[in-house]
Amino acid sequence: MGITKLHGLAILVTAGITGAIWYHHPFPPASDQKPTASSEEGILLQTDLNETSPMLPRRRDVLVLTPWLAPIVWEGTFNRDILNAQYMQKNLVTGVVTFAVKKYVQFVEGFMSSANKYFLAGHQVNFYLFTDNPEQISHLQMAPENHLFVIPVQNHSQWQDISMSRMGIISRYIRSQFQYEIDYLYSIDIDVQLFEHIGVEIIDTLVGTISSWHYTARRESKSYETRTESQAAIPTGEGDFYYTASFYGGSVAEVYKLTRACFKGVMEDRENGIEARWHEESHLNKYLLYHKPTRLLSPEYYWDEELSRPRIIQVKRMCSVRKDGEK
Amino acid sequence: RRQDVLTVTPWLAPIIWEGTFNSDILDSAYRPLNLTIGVTAFAIGKYTRFVGRFLESAEKHFMKGYRVNYYIFTDNPETIPNVQLQSGRRFVIVPMEKYPSWQKTSMRRMEAINKHIAETSHQEVDYLFCLDIDMVFYNAWGPETLGDIVAAIHPGYFNVPRSQFPYERRSSSAAYIPDGEGDFYYGGAVFGGLVKKVYEFTKTCHMTILTDKANGIMAAWREESHLNRHFLSHKPSKVLSPEYLWDDRKLKPPEIHLIRFSTVDKNYKEIQD
Repeated sequence: MGITKLHGLAILVTAGITGAIWYHHPFPPASDQKPTASSEEGILLQTDLNETSPMLPRRRDVLVLTPWLAPIVWEGTFNRDILNAQYMQKNLVTGVVTFAVKKYVQFVEGFMSSANKYFLAGHQVNFYLFTDNPEQISHLQMAPENHLFVIPVQNHSQWQDISMSRMGIISRYIRSQFQYEIDYLYSIDIDVQLFEHIGVEIIDTLVGTISSWHYTARRESKSYETRTESQAAIPTGEGDFYYTASFYGGSVAEVYKLTRACFKGVMEDRENGIEARWHEESHLNKYLLYHKPTRLLSPEYYWDEELSRPRIIQVKRMCSVRKDGEK
Repeated sequence: RRQDVLTVTPWLAPIIWEGTFNSDILDSAYRPLNLTIGVTAFAIGKYTRFVGRFLESAEKHFMKGYRVNYYIFTDNPETIPNVQLQSGRRFVIVPMEKYPSWQKTSMRRMEAINKHIAETSHQEVDYLFCLDIDMVFYNAWGPETLGDIVAAIHPGYFNVPRSQFPYERRSSSAAYIPDGEGDFYYGGAVFGGLVKKVYEFTKTCHMTILTDKANGIMAAWREESHLNRHFLSHKPSKVLSPEYLWDDRKLKPPEIHLIRFSTVDKNYKEIQD
Protein backbone atom coordinates (compact mmCIF):
# COMPACT_ATOMS: atom_id res chain seq x y z
CA MET A 1 0.00 0.00 0.00
CA GLY A 2 1.51 3.26 -0.99
CA ILE A 3 1.51 6.43 1.02
CA THR A 4 -1.50 8.44 0.00
CA LYS A 5 -1.86 12.19 0.18
CA LEU A 6 -3.93 11.71 3.34
CA HIS A 7 -1.11 9.86 5.03
CA GLY A 8 1.28 12.56 3.98
CA LEU A 9 -0.99 15.22 5.40
CA ALA A 10 -1.37 13.30 8.67
CA ILE A 11 2.41 13.00 8.96
CA LEU A 12 2.86 16.71 8.31
CA VAL A 13 0.23 17.69 10.86
CA THR A 14 1.75 15.42 13.50
CA ALA A 15 5.20 16.82 12.79
CA GLY A 16 3.81 20.29 13.01
CA ILE A 17 2.16 19.69 16.35
CA THR A 18 5.28 17.99 17.71
CA GLY A 19 7.36 20.88 16.48
CA ALA A 20 5.02 23.38 18.13
CA ILE A 21 5.14 21.46 21.41
CA TRP A 22 8.93 21.37 21.25
CA TYR A 23 9.02 25.09 20.64
CA HIS A 24 6.94 25.87 23.69
CA HIS A 25 8.79 23.43 25.93
CA PRO A 26 12.52 23.74 25.34
CA PHE A 27 13.07 21.35 28.27
CA PRO A 28 11.22 18.08 27.55
CA PRO A 29 10.84 16.04 30.73
CA ALA A 30 13.58 13.48 31.35
CA SER A 31 12.46 9.99 30.41
CA ASP A 32 13.10 8.72 33.93
CA GLN A 33 11.11 11.45 35.60
CA LYS A 34 8.21 10.26 37.69
CA PRO A 35 4.89 12.04 37.49
CA THR A 36 4.84 14.60 40.27
CA ALA A 37 2.34 16.85 41.91
CA SER A 38 1.70 20.02 39.96
CA SER A 39 4.56 22.44 40.33
CA GLU A 40 2.01 25.21 40.58
CA GLU A 41 1.11 23.97 44.06
CA GLY A 42 3.56 25.80 46.21
CA ILE A 43 4.63 25.22 49.77
CA LEU A 44 2.08 26.92 51.94
CA LEU A 45 3.76 26.33 55.27
CA GLN A 46 4.97 29.23 57.31
CA THR A 47 8.28 30.01 58.87
CA ASP A 48 8.36 31.73 62.23
CA LEU A 49 9.69 35.25 62.55
CA ASN A 50 12.76 34.02 64.38
CA GLU A 51 13.55 31.44 61.69
CA THR A 52 14.24 33.86 58.86
CA SER A 53 15.88 36.83 60.44
CA PRO A 54 19.12 37.27 58.49
CA MET A 55 20.85 38.84 61.47
CA LEU A 56 19.88 36.06 63.87
CA PRO A 57 21.79 32.81 63.42
CA ARG A 58 19.88 29.87 64.92
CA ARG A 59 22.99 28.07 66.16
CA ARG A 60 26.02 30.15 67.08
CA ASP A 61 27.80 27.31 68.79
CA VAL A 62 28.39 25.05 65.80
CA LEU A 63 29.35 25.19 62.13
CA VAL A 64 26.17 24.94 60.01
CA LEU A 65 27.66 25.38 56.54
CA THR A 66 30.81 23.83 55.07
CA PRO A 67 33.30 25.94 53.07
CA TRP A 68 31.83 24.40 49.92
CA LEU A 69 28.34 25.50 51.00
CA ALA A 70 26.91 22.16 52.07
CA PRO A 71 24.52 22.60 55.04
CA ILE A 72 25.44 20.75 58.23
CA VAL A 73 22.23 19.55 59.84
CA TRP A 74 21.86 20.35 63.54
CA GLU A 75 18.76 20.69 65.72
CA GLY A 76 17.42 24.20 65.30
CA THR A 77 18.70 24.76 61.79
CA PHE A 78 15.75 23.32 59.90
CA ASN A 79 11.97 23.32 59.71
CA ARG A 80 10.85 19.77 59.03
CA ASP A 81 7.31 20.78 58.01
CA ILE A 82 8.62 22.79 55.07
CA LEU A 83 11.05 20.04 54.10
CA ASN A 84 8.28 17.42 54.31
CA ALA A 85 6.06 19.45 52.01
CA GLN A 86 8.91 19.81 49.49
CA TYR A 87 9.72 16.07 49.71
CA MET A 88 6.09 15.01 49.23
CA GLN A 89 5.74 17.12 46.09
CA LYS A 90 8.34 14.99 44.40
CA ASN A 91 6.87 11.52 45.15
CA LEU A 92 10.15 10.08 46.32
CA VAL A 93 10.97 6.68 47.75
CA THR A 94 13.93 6.25 50.07
CA GLY A 95 15.69 2.98 50.84
CA VAL A 96 17.76 1.82 53.78
CA VAL A 97 20.35 -0.92 53.41
CA THR A 98 21.66 -2.72 56.48
CA PHE A 99 23.56 -5.92 57.27
CA ALA A 100 22.78 -8.42 60.07
CA VAL A 101 25.41 -11.11 59.82
CA LYS A 102 26.18 -13.75 62.49
CA LYS A 103 25.76 -12.32 66.00
CA TYR A 104 24.48 -9.07 64.59
CA VAL A 105 21.12 -10.70 64.00
CA GLN A 106 20.37 -9.90 67.66
CA PHE A 107 20.12 -6.23 66.77
CA VAL A 108 17.49 -6.58 64.04
CA GLU A 109 14.43 -6.32 66.28
CA GLY A 110 15.60 -3.15 68.05
CA PHE A 111 16.75 -1.54 64.83
CA MET A 112 13.60 -2.27 62.85
CA SER A 113 11.12 -1.30 65.56
CA SER A 114 12.85 2.02 66.24
CA ALA A 115 13.45 2.74 62.55
CA ASN A 116 9.79 2.08 61.73
CA LYS A 117 8.87 4.66 64.33
CA TYR A 118 11.51 7.31 63.74
CA PHE A 119 13.08 6.99 60.29
CA LEU A 120 11.34 9.17 57.72
CA ALA A 121 8.08 8.59 59.59
CA GLY A 122 5.06 9.03 57.34
CA HIS A 123 7.01 8.48 54.11
CA GLN A 124 7.55 5.26 52.19
CA VAL A 125 10.82 3.56 53.17
CA ASN A 126 12.13 0.31 51.68
CA PHE A 127 14.32 -1.56 54.16
CA TYR A 128 16.80 -3.94 52.53
CA LEU A 129 18.09 -6.29 55.21
CA PHE A 130 21.05 -8.46 54.20
CA THR A 131 21.50 -11.44 56.51
CA ASP A 132 23.14 -14.87 56.60
CA ASN A 133 20.36 -16.06 58.87
CA PRO A 134 17.01 -15.23 57.27
CA GLU A 135 15.20 -17.85 59.42
CA GLN A 136 16.19 -16.03 62.60
CA ILE A 137 14.47 -12.82 61.53
CA SER A 138 11.31 -12.92 63.60
CA HIS A 139 8.15 -11.51 62.13
CA LEU A 140 8.67 -7.78 62.20
CA GLN A 141 5.88 -5.22 62.42
CA MET A 142 6.33 -2.71 59.63
CA ALA A 143 4.65 0.69 59.43
CA PRO A 144 1.95 0.59 56.71
CA GLU A 145 3.93 2.75 54.27
CA ASN A 146 7.20 0.78 54.69
CA HIS A 147 8.46 -2.41 53.05
CA LEU A 148 10.99 -4.96 54.27
CA PHE A 149 13.09 -7.04 51.87
CA VAL A 150 15.18 -9.78 53.52
CA ILE A 151 18.12 -10.69 51.28
CA PRO A 152 20.34 -13.70 52.14
CA VAL A 153 24.13 -13.29 52.03
CA GLN A 154 27.08 -15.58 52.59
CA ASN A 155 28.88 -15.87 55.89
CA HIS A 156 32.51 -14.72 56.03
CA SER A 157 35.22 -15.77 58.42
CA GLN A 158 36.02 -12.36 59.81
CA TRP A 159 33.88 -9.34 60.66
CA GLN A 160 36.13 -7.20 58.57
CA ASP A 161 35.44 -9.40 55.58
CA ILE A 162 31.71 -8.85 55.55
CA SER A 163 32.27 -5.19 56.29
CA MET A 164 34.68 -4.95 53.43
CA SER A 165 32.40 -6.55 50.92
CA ARG A 166 29.37 -4.55 52.04
CA MET A 167 30.36 -1.85 49.56
CA GLY A 168 30.54 -4.46 46.83
CA ILE A 169 27.18 -5.94 47.73
CA ILE A 170 25.49 -2.54 47.88
CA SER A 171 26.81 -1.42 44.52
CA ARG A 172 25.80 -4.72 42.87
CA TYR A 173 22.28 -4.54 44.26
CA ILE A 174 21.87 -0.88 43.30
CA ARG A 175 22.72 -1.81 39.76
CA SER A 176 20.54 -4.89 39.56
CA GLN A 177 17.58 -3.86 41.68
CA PHE A 178 17.57 -0.77 43.91
CA GLN A 179 17.87 1.79 41.14
CA TYR A 180 14.45 0.74 39.87
CA GLU A 181 12.79 0.90 43.27
CA ILE A 182 14.14 3.92 45.11
CA ASP A 183 15.41 7.47 44.56
CA TYR A 184 17.59 7.82 47.65
CA LEU A 185 19.52 5.17 49.57
CA TYR A 186 21.08 5.20 53.04
CA SER A 187 23.44 2.63 54.50
CA ILE A 188 22.99 2.25 58.26
CA ASP A 189 24.73 -0.09 60.70
CA ILE A 190 22.33 -2.58 62.29
CA ASP A 191 23.63 -2.22 65.84
CA VAL A 192 21.86 1.07 66.45
CA GLN A 193 18.56 2.34 67.77
CA LEU A 194 16.69 5.49 66.92
CA PHE A 195 15.39 7.63 69.79
CA GLU A 196 14.30 10.75 67.93
CA HIS A 197 13.00 11.46 64.47
CA ILE A 198 15.38 11.31 61.57
CA GLY A 199 13.43 12.96 58.79
CA VAL A 200 13.68 14.30 55.28
CA GLU A 201 16.33 16.80 56.35
CA ILE A 202 18.77 14.00 55.53
CA ILE A 203 17.65 13.74 51.90
CA ASP A 204 20.20 15.17 49.49
CA THR A 205 22.47 14.09 46.65
CA LEU A 206 25.49 12.91 48.67
CA VAL A 207 25.31 12.82 52.45
CA GLY A 208 27.95 12.05 55.07
CA THR A 209 27.61 11.99 58.86
CA ILE A 210 30.29 13.58 61.01
CA SER A 211 31.75 11.00 63.36
CA SER A 212 30.85 11.56 67.01
CA TRP A 213 34.45 10.83 68.01
CA HIS A 214 35.86 13.48 65.78
CA TYR A 215 33.52 16.41 65.73
CA THR A 216 35.92 18.73 67.44
CA ALA A 217 39.20 16.99 66.66
CA ARG A 218 41.98 18.84 65.01
CA ARG A 219 42.98 17.38 61.68
CA GLU A 220 46.10 15.64 62.98
CA SER A 221 44.19 13.42 65.36
CA LYS A 222 41.70 12.23 62.75
CA SER A 223 41.74 8.56 61.92
CA TYR A 224 42.47 8.81 58.22
CA GLU A 225 44.58 6.12 56.62
CA THR A 226 47.99 7.67 55.94
CA ARG A 227 50.05 4.77 54.52
CA THR A 228 50.50 5.59 50.87
CA GLU A 229 50.36 1.89 49.93
CA SER A 230 46.63 1.89 50.68
CA GLN A 231 44.08 3.22 48.20
CA ALA A 232 42.40 4.93 51.13
CA ALA A 233 45.44 7.06 51.96
CA ILE A 234 44.88 10.75 52.56
CA PRO A 235 48.01 12.96 52.43
CA THR A 236 49.01 14.55 55.74
CA GLY A 237 47.44 17.92 56.23
CA GLU A 238 44.45 17.17 54.05
CA GLY A 239 40.90 16.35 55.02
CA ASP A 240 37.71 18.24 55.81
CA PHE A 241 35.77 16.18 58.36
CA TYR A 242 35.96 12.60 59.61
CA TYR A 243 32.83 10.79 58.46
CA THR A 244 31.37 7.65 60.02
CA ALA A 245 30.67 4.63 57.82
CA SER A 246 27.74 3.77 60.10
CA PHE A 247 25.40 6.21 58.33
CA TYR A 248 25.85 7.63 54.85
CA GLY A 249 23.78 7.90 51.70
CA GLY A 250 22.34 10.05 48.96
CA SER A 251 20.80 9.65 45.55
CA VAL A 252 20.94 6.11 44.25
CA ALA A 253 23.31 7.25 41.46
CA GLU A 254 25.76 8.90 43.84
CA VAL A 255 25.69 6.03 46.35
CA TYR A 256 26.42 3.69 43.45
CA LYS A 257 29.48 5.71 42.49
CA LEU A 258 30.63 5.90 46.11
CA THR A 259 30.23 2.22 46.90
CA ARG A 260 31.81 1.19 43.63
CA ALA A 261 34.82 3.41 44.19
CA CYS A 262 35.26 2.24 47.78
CA PHE A 263 34.90 -1.41 46.79
CA LYS A 264 37.49 -0.93 44.07
CA GLY A 265 39.85 0.55 46.67
CA VAL A 266 39.19 -2.34 49.04
CA MET A 267 39.93 -4.93 46.38
CA GLU A 268 43.13 -3.20 45.26
CA ASP A 269 44.31 -3.05 48.86
CA ARG A 270 43.57 -6.75 49.27
CA GLU A 271 45.64 -7.56 46.20
CA ASN A 272 48.49 -5.53 47.64
CA GLY A 273 48.22 -7.29 51.01
CA ILE A 274 47.16 -4.24 52.96
CA GLU A 275 44.02 -3.45 54.93
CA ALA A 276 43.01 0.14 55.67
CA ARG A 277 43.14 1.29 59.26
CA TRP A 278 39.37 1.61 59.70
CA HIS A 279 38.38 -0.69 56.85
CA GLU A 280 35.59 0.63 54.66
CA GLU A 281 35.37 3.83 56.73
CA SER A 282 38.88 4.79 55.58
CA HIS A 283 37.86 4.37 51.96
CA LEU A 284 34.64 6.31 52.57
CA ASN A 285 36.63 9.20 54.00
CA LYS A 286 38.95 9.27 51.04
CA TYR A 287 36.01 9.28 48.65
CA LEU A 288 34.19 12.08 50.45
CA LEU A 289 37.33 14.20 50.57
CA TYR A 290 37.56 14.25 46.80
CA HIS A 291 33.80 14.10 46.13
CA LYS A 292 32.46 16.53 48.66
CA PRO A 293 29.08 15.73 50.20
CA THR A 294 26.23 18.08 49.34
CA ARG A 295 24.91 17.81 52.90
CA LEU A 296 26.45 16.77 56.22
CA LEU A 297 24.65 15.34 59.22
CA SER A 298 25.86 16.39 62.64
CA PRO A 299 26.81 13.73 65.21
CA GLU A 300 23.18 13.94 66.44
CA TYR A 301 22.47 11.52 63.64
CA TYR A 302 24.85 8.80 64.80
CA TRP A 303 26.03 9.02 68.37
CA ASP A 304 28.40 6.49 69.90
CA GLU A 305 26.88 5.56 73.27
CA GLU A 306 30.30 5.22 74.85
CA LEU A 307 30.84 8.96 74.63
CA SER A 308 29.50 11.41 77.16
CA ARG A 309 27.25 13.96 75.51
CA PRO A 310 28.51 17.53 75.18
CA ARG A 311 26.17 20.51 75.25
CA ILE A 312 26.34 21.09 71.52
CA ILE A 313 24.58 17.78 70.95
CA GLN A 314 21.04 18.84 71.83
CA VAL A 315 19.45 15.69 70.47
CA LYS A 316 20.71 12.12 70.10
CA ARG A 317 18.64 10.77 67.26
CA MET A 318 20.37 7.48 66.57
CA CYS A 319 22.81 5.74 68.94
CA SER A 320 24.99 2.71 68.83
CA VAL A 321 23.75 -0.17 70.97
CA ARG A 322 26.08 -1.79 73.50
CA LYS A 323 27.50 -4.97 72.10
CA ASP A 324 28.10 -8.21 74.00
CA GLY A 325 31.07 -10.22 72.89
CA GLU A 326 33.68 -9.44 70.33
CA LYS A 327 33.15 -8.34 66.77
CA ARG B 1 33.00 31.14 59.35
CA ARG B 2 30.20 33.58 60.25
CA GLN B 3 28.51 33.40 63.63
CA ASP B 4 26.86 36.82 63.47
CA VAL B 5 24.42 36.12 60.64
CA LEU B 6 22.02 33.41 59.50
CA THR B 7 23.85 31.25 56.95
CA VAL B 8 21.26 28.52 56.30
CA THR B 9 17.51 28.93 55.73
CA PRO B 10 15.00 26.71 57.57
CA TRP B 11 14.67 24.70 54.36
CA LEU B 12 18.46 24.16 54.36
CA ALA B 13 19.35 26.51 51.52
CA PRO B 14 22.71 28.25 52.08
CA ILE B 15 22.72 32.04 52.56
CA ILE B 16 25.88 33.37 50.96
CA TRP B 17 27.97 35.83 52.97
CA GLU B 18 31.69 36.59 52.81
CA GLY B 19 33.40 34.15 55.12
CA THR B 20 31.00 31.27 54.56
CA PHE B 21 32.72 29.81 51.51
CA ASN B 22 36.12 28.92 50.13
CA SER B 23 36.45 30.10 46.52
CA ASP B 24 39.26 27.70 45.70
CA ILE B 25 37.24 24.63 46.66
CA LEU B 26 34.23 25.91 44.71
CA ASP B 27 36.31 26.76 41.64
CA SER B 28 37.89 23.32 41.67
CA ALA B 29 34.39 21.81 41.63
CA TYR B 30 32.83 24.12 39.03
CA ARG B 31 35.63 24.99 36.57
CA PRO B 32 35.96 21.44 35.16
CA LEU B 33 32.25 21.48 34.28
CA ASN B 34 32.92 23.95 31.45
CA LEU B 35 29.85 25.98 32.25
CA THR B 36 28.52 28.99 30.46
CA ILE B 37 26.83 31.58 32.64
CA GLY B 38 24.27 33.90 31.09
CA VAL B 39 23.32 37.37 32.28
CA THR B 40 20.19 39.23 31.20
CA ALA B 41 19.88 42.96 31.73
CA PHE B 42 17.34 45.43 30.37
CA ALA B 43 18.58 48.75 29.00
CA ILE B 44 15.38 50.43 27.88
CA GLY B 45 15.17 54.10 26.86
CA LYS B 46 17.62 56.20 28.83
CA TYR B 47 18.88 53.19 30.79
CA THR B 48 21.32 52.44 28.00
CA ARG B 49 23.65 54.95 29.66
CA PHE B 50 24.35 52.33 32.38
CA VAL B 51 25.48 49.57 30.05
CA GLY B 52 29.13 50.60 29.74
CA ARG B 53 29.82 50.72 33.46
CA PHE B 54 27.82 47.55 34.10
CA LEU B 55 29.81 45.56 31.55
CA GLU B 56 33.22 46.99 32.46
CA SER B 57 32.71 46.18 36.13
CA ALA B 58 31.31 42.73 35.26
CA GLU B 59 34.43 42.01 33.26
CA LYS B 60 36.48 42.75 36.38
CA HIS B 61 34.40 40.89 38.95
CA PHE B 62 31.64 38.64 37.56
CA MET B 63 32.42 34.91 37.23
CA LYS B 64 36.08 35.36 36.41
CA GLY B 65 37.50 32.40 34.57
CA TYR B 66 34.13 31.17 33.32
CA ARG B 67 32.42 31.56 29.95
CA VAL B 68 29.85 34.35 30.14
CA ASN B 69 27.17 35.52 27.72
CA TYR B 70 25.71 38.97 28.37
CA TYR B 71 22.23 39.43 26.86
CA ILE B 72 21.37 43.12 26.80
CA PHE B 73 17.70 43.67 26.04
CA THR B 74 17.22 47.11 24.53
CA ASP B 75 14.93 49.22 22.37
CA ASN B 76 17.91 51.38 21.49
CA PRO B 77 20.66 49.16 20.04
CA GLU B 78 22.51 52.09 18.45
CA THR B 79 23.25 53.69 21.80
CA ILE B 80 24.83 50.57 23.31
CA PRO B 81 28.57 51.21 23.69
CA ASN B 82 31.13 48.76 22.39
CA VAL B 83 32.80 47.25 25.45
CA GLN B 84 35.97 45.20 25.18
CA LEU B 85 35.38 41.73 26.63
CA GLN B 86 37.84 39.05 27.72
CA SER B 87 38.12 35.82 25.82
CA GLY B 88 35.33 33.32 26.46
CA ARG B 89 32.87 36.14 27.04
CA ARG B 90 30.23 37.33 24.56
CA PHE B 91 27.85 40.21 24.34
CA VAL B 92 24.52 39.90 22.53
CA ILE B 93 21.95 42.63 21.89
CA VAL B 94 18.36 41.47 22.17
CA PRO B 95 16.13 44.04 20.45
CA MET B 96 12.94 44.99 22.26
CA GLU B 97 9.90 46.99 21.34
CA LYS B 98 9.68 50.30 23.12
CA TYR B 99 6.69 50.36 25.49
CA PRO B 100 4.78 53.57 26.26
CA SER B 101 6.09 53.88 29.82
CA TRP B 102 8.86 52.61 32.06
CA GLN B 103 6.45 50.76 34.32
CA LYS B 104 4.89 48.91 31.43
CA THR B 105 8.32 47.82 30.20
CA SER B 106 9.41 46.53 33.56
CA MET B 107 6.28 44.41 33.80
CA ARG B 108 7.20 42.70 30.55
CA ARG B 109 10.65 41.58 31.64
CA MET B 110 9.56 38.17 32.90
CA GLU B 111 7.88 37.46 29.60
CA ALA B 112 10.87 38.68 27.60
CA ILE B 113 13.35 36.59 29.58
CA ASN B 114 11.12 33.53 29.33
CA LYS B 115 10.70 33.91 25.57
CA HIS B 116 14.40 34.49 25.05
CA ILE B 117 15.28 31.34 27.00
CA ALA B 118 12.87 29.30 24.89
CA GLU B 119 14.16 30.73 21.61
CA THR B 120 17.84 31.12 22.27
CA SER B 121 19.61 31.01 25.60
CA HIS B 122 18.55 27.53 26.72
CA GLN B 123 20.97 26.19 24.15
CA GLU B 124 23.75 28.56 25.08
CA VAL B 125 23.97 28.73 28.87
CA ASP B 126 23.77 26.43 31.88
CA TYR B 127 22.95 29.06 34.48
CA LEU B 128 21.23 32.39 33.96
CA PHE B 129 21.24 35.50 36.16
CA CYS B 130 18.73 38.29 35.62
CA LEU B 131 20.20 41.56 36.85
CA ASP B 132 19.23 45.20 36.82
CA ILE B 133 21.42 47.29 34.51
CA ASP B 134 21.72 50.39 36.69
CA MET B 135 24.19 48.63 38.94
CA VAL B 136 27.94 48.14 39.24
CA PHE B 137 30.12 45.24 40.39
CA TYR B 138 32.65 46.21 43.06
CA ASN B 139 33.88 42.83 44.28
CA ALA B 140 33.97 39.19 43.23
CA TRP B 141 30.79 37.42 42.22
CA GLY B 142 31.70 33.78 41.67
CA PRO B 143 30.46 30.17 41.61
CA GLU B 144 29.28 30.46 45.23
CA THR B 145 26.19 32.02 43.62
CA LEU B 146 25.37 29.06 41.37
CA GLY B 147 22.33 27.00 42.27
CA ASP B 148 19.04 25.63 40.97
CA ILE B 149 16.96 28.64 42.04
CA VAL B 150 18.78 31.70 43.38
CA ALA B 151 17.29 34.79 45.01
CA ALA B 152 18.88 37.75 46.81
CA ILE B 153 17.84 39.49 50.03
CA HIS B 154 16.81 43.09 49.40
CA PRO B 155 19.25 45.54 51.06
CA GLY B 156 16.46 47.66 52.46
CA TYR B 157 14.75 44.86 54.39
CA PHE B 158 17.28 42.45 55.83
CA ASN B 159 17.25 44.09 59.23
CA VAL B 160 13.59 44.98 59.37
CA PRO B 161 10.71 43.01 60.93
CA ARG B 162 8.64 40.88 58.57
CA SER B 163 5.52 42.95 59.21
CA GLN B 164 7.25 45.85 57.49
CA PHE B 165 8.14 43.97 54.30
CA PRO B 166 6.50 45.73 51.32
CA TYR B 167 4.77 42.57 50.12
CA GLU B 168 1.59 43.12 48.12
CA ARG B 169 -1.12 43.29 50.81
CA ARG B 170 -4.27 43.55 48.68
CA SER B 171 -5.95 40.15 48.54
CA SER B 172 -7.26 40.91 45.05
CA SER B 173 -3.73 40.66 43.64
CA ALA B 174 -2.14 37.39 42.58
CA ALA B 175 1.00 38.55 44.40
CA TYR B 176 -0.82 38.83 47.73
CA ILE B 177 1.03 37.71 50.85
CA PRO B 178 -1.05 37.88 54.04
CA ASP B 179 0.24 39.40 57.27
CA GLY B 180 2.47 37.09 59.23
CA GLU B 181 3.50 35.10 56.17
CA GLY B 182 6.74 35.36 54.27
CA ASP B 183 10.34 34.31 54.70
CA PHE B 184 12.63 37.07 53.41
CA TYR B 185 12.06 40.11 51.25
CA TYR B 186 13.83 39.30 48.00
CA GLY B 187 15.03 42.01 45.62
CA GLY B 188 13.83 42.02 42.03
CA ALA B 189 17.18 43.28 40.77
CA VAL B 190 18.91 39.91 41.20
CA PHE B 191 17.58 36.42 40.60
CA GLY B 192 18.71 33.39 38.66
CA GLY B 193 19.51 29.71 38.62
CA LEU B 194 19.62 26.79 36.21
CA VAL B 195 18.31 28.03 32.90
CA LYS B 196 15.50 25.48 33.02
CA LYS B 197 14.39 26.70 36.45
CA VAL B 198 14.54 30.35 35.42
CA TYR B 199 12.38 29.44 32.42
CA GLU B 200 9.81 27.89 34.74
CA PHE B 201 9.57 30.65 37.28
CA THR B 202 9.63 33.53 34.80
CA LYS B 203 6.68 31.84 33.14
CA THR B 204 4.79 31.55 36.42
CA CYS B 205 5.53 35.16 37.38
CA HIS B 206 4.45 36.36 33.96
CA MET B 207 1.17 34.48 34.39
CA THR B 208 0.45 36.08 37.75
CA ILE B 209 1.33 39.51 36.32
CA LEU B 210 -1.15 38.94 33.48
CA THR B 211 -3.79 37.78 35.96
CA ASP B 212 -3.44 41.05 37.84
CA LYS B 213 -3.58 43.02 34.62
CA ALA B 214 -6.83 41.27 33.66
CA ASN B 215 -8.22 42.25 37.06
CA GLY B 216 -7.09 45.85 36.64
CA ILE B 217 -4.59 45.75 39.48
CA MET B 218 -0.86 46.48 39.53
CA ALA B 219 1.19 45.09 42.42
CA ALA B 220 2.87 47.52 44.81
CA TRP B 221 6.41 46.79 43.68
CA ARG B 222 5.56 45.37 40.29
CA GLU B 223 7.62 42.32 39.33
CA GLU B 224 9.34 42.27 42.70
CA SER B 225 5.99 41.66 44.40
CA HIS B 226 5.27 38.74 42.09
CA LEU B 227 8.76 37.36 42.57
CA ASN B 228 8.32 37.47 46.35
CA ARG B 229 4.98 35.68 46.09
CA HIS B 230 6.56 33.02 43.91
CA PHE B 231 9.60 32.45 46.11
CA LEU B 232 7.39 32.13 49.18
CA SER B 233 5.69 29.05 47.79
CA HIS B 234 8.62 27.77 45.71
CA LYS B 235 11.54 28.38 48.00
CA PRO B 236 14.95 29.24 46.48
CA SER B 237 17.66 26.61 46.79
CA LYS B 238 20.25 29.33 47.46
CA VAL B 239 19.89 32.83 48.91
CA LEU B 240 22.39 35.64 48.35
CA SER B 241 23.04 38.08 51.20
CA PRO B 242 22.68 41.83 50.52
CA GLU B 243 26.39 41.86 49.57
CA TYR B 244 25.07 40.77 46.18
CA LEU B 245 22.38 43.42 45.93
CA TRP B 246 23.36 46.57 47.72
CA ASP B 247 22.10 50.14 47.63
CA ASP B 248 24.88 52.71 47.88
CA ARG B 249 22.56 55.15 49.59
CA LYS B 250 22.39 52.86 52.62
CA LEU B 251 24.84 53.00 55.47
CA LYS B 252 26.90 49.81 55.55
CA PRO B 253 26.30 47.87 58.80
CA PRO B 254 29.10 45.75 60.35
CA GLU B 255 27.49 42.53 59.09
CA ILE B 256 28.13 43.57 55.49
CA HIS B 257 31.85 42.90 55.10
CA LEU B 258 31.96 43.34 51.37
CA ILE B 259 29.78 44.98 48.73
CA ARG B 260 29.84 43.06 45.46
CA PHE B 261 27.02 44.52 43.38
CA SER B 262 25.34 47.85 44.04
CA THR B 263 23.16 50.58 42.65
CA VAL B 264 24.52 53.48 40.67
CA ASP B 265 23.63 56.88 42.03
CA LYS B 266 21.14 58.38 39.66
CA ASN B 267 18.68 61.15 39.16
CA TYR B 268 15.39 59.32 38.79
CA LYS B 269 13.51 62.14 37.11
CA GLU B 270 16.15 62.38 34.44
CA ILE B 271 15.92 58.82 33.27
CA GLN B 272 12.19 58.18 33.26
CA ASP B 273 9.98 59.63 30.56
